[in-house]
Amino acid sequence: MIRNSASEMASKLASGEISSVALTQAHLDQISAVDADVHAFLHVDTEGALAQAAAVDAKRASGEKLSPLAGVPLALKDVMVQKGIPTTCGSKILEGWRPPYDSTVVVNLKKNGIVILGKTNMDEFAMGSSTENSAYGPTHNPWDLTRIPGGSGGGSAASLAAFQAPLAIGTDTGGSIRQPAAVTGTVGVKPTYGGVSRYGLVAFSSSLDQAGPCARTVLDAALLHEAIAGHDPKDSTSINAPVPAVVAAAKAGNVKGMKIGVVKELNGDGYQKGVRDRFEESLELLAAAGAEIVEVSAPNFEYALAAYYLIAPSECSSNLARFDAMRYGLRVGDNDGASAESVMNLTREVGFGREVKRRIILGTYALSSGYYDAYYGSAQKVRTLITQDFNKAFEKADVLVSPTCPTTAFKIGEKADDPLAMYLNDIATIPVNMAGIGGMSLPSGLAEEDGLPVGFQIMSPVMKDDRMYSVGAALEAALLSKWGAPLLSNIPALAGSK
Amino acid sequence: MSLTYDDVIAKYEPVLGLEVHVELNTQSKMFCGCSTIFGAEPNTQTCPVCLALPGALPTVNEKAIESTIKIGLALNCSIAPFSRFARKNYFYPDMPKNFQISQYDEPICVNGFVDVEIETDEGPKSFRIEVERVHMEEDTGKSLHVGGATGRIHGAEYSLLDYNRAGIPLVEIVTKIVPGTGKYAPEVARAYVAELRDILRSLGVSDVKMEQGSLRCDANVSLRLIGAQTLGTRSETKNVNSLRSVERAIRGEMIRHAERLNNGERVVQETRHFQEDTGLTRSGRSKEQAEDYRYFPEPDLVPVAPDAAWIEELRAALPERPSIHRKRLQELWSVPDKEMSAMINADVLDVVEATVALGADPAKARSWWLGEISRIANEKDVAIKDLDITASDVAEIVALVNAGELTDKLARQVVEGVIAGEGKPAAVIAARGIKVVNDDSALMAAIEQACAAQPETAQKVRDGHVPAAGALIGAIMKETKGQADAARVRELLLGHLGQA
Repeated sequence: MIRNSASEMASKLASGEISSVALTQAHLDQISAVDADVHAFLHVDTEGALAQAAAVDAKRASGEKLSPLAGVPLALKDVMVQKGIPTTCGSKILEGWRPPYDSTVVVNLKKNGIVILGKTNMDEFAMGSSTENSAYGPTHNPWDLTRIPGGSGGGSAASLAAFQAPLAIGTDTGGSIRQPAAVTGTVGVKPTYGGVSRYGLVAFSSSLDQAGPCARTVLDAALLHEAIAGHDPKDSTSINAPVPAVVAAAKAGNVKGMKIGVVKELNGDGYQKGVRDRFEESLELLAAAGAEIVEVSAPNFEYALAAYYLIAPSECSSNLARFDAMRYGLRVGDNDGASAESVMNLTREVGFGREVKRRIILGTYALSSGYYDAYYGSAQKVRTLITQDFNKAFEKADVLVSPTCPTTAFKIGEKADDPLAMYLNDIATIPVNMAGIGGMSLPSGLAEEDGLPVGFQIMSPVMKDDRMYSVGAALEAALLSKWGAPLLSNIPALAGSK
Repeated sequence: MSLTYDDVIAKYEPVLGLEVHVELNTQSKMFCGCSTIFGAEPNTQTCPVCLALPGALPTVNEKAIESTIKIGLALNCSIAPFSRFARKNYFYPDMPKNFQISQYDEPICVNGFVDVEIETDEGPKSFRIEVERVHMEEDTGKSLHVGGATGRIHGAEYSLLDYNRAGIPLVEIVTKIVPGTGKYAPEVARAYVAELRDILRSLGVSDVKMEQGSLRCDANVSLRLIGAQTLGTRSETKNVNSLRSVERAIRGEMIRHAERLNNGERVVQETRHFQEDTGLTRSGRSKEQAEDYRYFPEPDLVPVAPDAAWIEELRAALPERPSIHRKRLQELWSVPDKEMSAMINADVLDVVEATVALGADPAKARSWWLGEISRIANEKDVAIKDLDITASDVAEIVALVNAGELTDKLARQVVEGVIAGEGKPAAVIAARGIKVVNDDSALMAAIEQACAAQPETAQKVRDGHVPAAGALIGAIMKETKGQADAARVRELLLGHLGQA
């Protein structure tokens, strides 16, 4: 039952074949069985999830009309605030904090009857590409427990690959939904910036952060996308326009006549051979399905990573200033006579991990008077240039594509001491955030040299998110008929797994 | 050894710069829906947004933008077609986000001016104060330092935080440097703040209560030798909580600066705190090393781009400028300068105007508000406007006096009753049984009784010694408990004694 897609679960729930309580319990059992190995979850809300499931079952029994995903369980990234449920963002500084309010995404999930199983592990404050920066220990990739599950949303992606949840919520600032999806053989979508409300998403970099759906199929991602998206007056940057018709696009999966642009700069040197091979194969399948493949160039992408590592740290240095021990979270050194200033300093010293401190220092420096123009100012100009590159490319193509990341999952600890090598993982995903457009990663197979999943990235213009679902669904169908079974059916069995 | 003000201005020219913070009177805060009512229990007017809980986001209060644009228009500013909020980053426990949302290099209103008129040795003279910018920001919370001797953070045992004020909309109005005021610098500054206060009040955008902090002035002062081109080092005096203090603080700083300069010392660039009791300032935070606030555009808010047609609508609806309005009223009412100033200083001009609008004679309205009502306010040591009496009460009382239903003396009793909370004038009159005795037969009875009681006095009057009637009138008024019309009593009495 837990190996079904969310839409299959939804039909079984609708037909009465299974109950939401049974489905939820099955996932809770799987979490109990395998999470000691995977460590995808930071908090499991057993009682809350079963209560939500029972409520959905009761509504269904009373004949109430329910939304498509009602009763289907979901894993929530721990950066998303849920009333009464511990929210740590993978940081010690928020240990024990229980939010007094629901994020808009959670409000929407609850409205749709989606059952929230618990909170998933992540790099501290979403800063990282491996989940190794979690203060609560790393998450392990279900394909190979010695490897990273990507990051920052490694917990959400791993929970899907380990069949602990059929759906998950991620957030993507530079690739934190798409890169974990790629290395775990799952689907992850970063919607257009402003497509999903950020209210209640604990901010890392406000102008880049975007919540989105994680799932095992393109259609499941679309169903979840539709459930959480839409205008929210509580988020000034939320777009006031109808949600793109992503479910319809995913159901049709039609690429006939579509122009698909291959971004020259996001391929080649630095990309693992198995990654490139799978990418080429996918392009052939799309061409066979009726799409026209063209090449586009985005010369300014070269500067994207450098600019990103000025903008994101700058915003984070300011966003994370609120963690000061005054109102919530950790408080260290509050002894008789200690000044507020020393308590703030000690708490931040003890409460934040190395990567978070590194970025706060970077950002503080970049915003300093005398350096602002050279660093933050120049980075904003690069951002404009990247957007212009995308605009030009979208004149030639309906969507753009690339490998999601240069390599398959690396070993835990392999890059932990080399931040630059770690940052390079996001080279293909970052431009999407810089321009605020939509991006999706879906599995394109296993790399021959290591047998690990490879991700295929699709990028679509602002508020044309439906296009990446059309292409994603078409490619998924073509790959499925080639493989005969979903990629995840190849995943090694975990100890205790059913 | 201490310099006189005359010594200072003989040698130096003061240069001013004024920053005024105004709390807007919007119902809700700048970036969330919390109430802004003053004086609530600590931390009861807070929410995830103004407490800066993780994940919460600000949204802009449209009304605050409207108020700010109105202020800009009233101060002759250009309204930027596109302006942005910025984050001003620094750590302080009463600032929940540890940054303040403000505006930096893209303020909403720029380049305005205010003309003020003051009395000089050569008669009234007008000065133009140029306004550099008007921008929006949010207020911080309040810290209460407990256990120390001074109420300051140093030496305190602990501090309490109240976030009710965090996020209250503030507008900051910053002047360009103001040279050329010479010895009138303190008066010009006072007149500027007074004019700003009047303008803001006429716009209805703020309570403008300096004593409650809804209008706060920071005064920057520097001196340079007369004729010099370069500016001297400035000090910035904060906590200036009344118009009088603006004047005193600037005068005091001018003397302090001059003393230092004369002694060959330098003026330290710093903030100073004005002390109401001594009229002196005390040293605060040094600004010698410019604090780095790491301003950058607020990514959680979209830029403010007000519609041009909306701005024109707001411009068209601006009220008459208070200074022009005052001149017009003065002419209309034919009030001498001195009395006009008295009304302005007592802050009763608008209520007098309202009383007149309800039909009262301007002279009568003025005399009630400046006279009896002002006396009671002084006695109770409260502001006139805080008394429980309205323009319509006064207009009603004036009308009753005109109709002969009340004497002036009785009217004072009614005013007193209204202020004491006994109700509207009619209710006070009914409850206290106040009425003019204008029944001649009742009066005649009292007259006969008085004449019988004082036969010798009555005889004097009969003999033509009319001034003696005063004693009889007094007795009659006493008998009728002051409710008789004294003129009518006199008329009847003299008739009765054959002296009509």
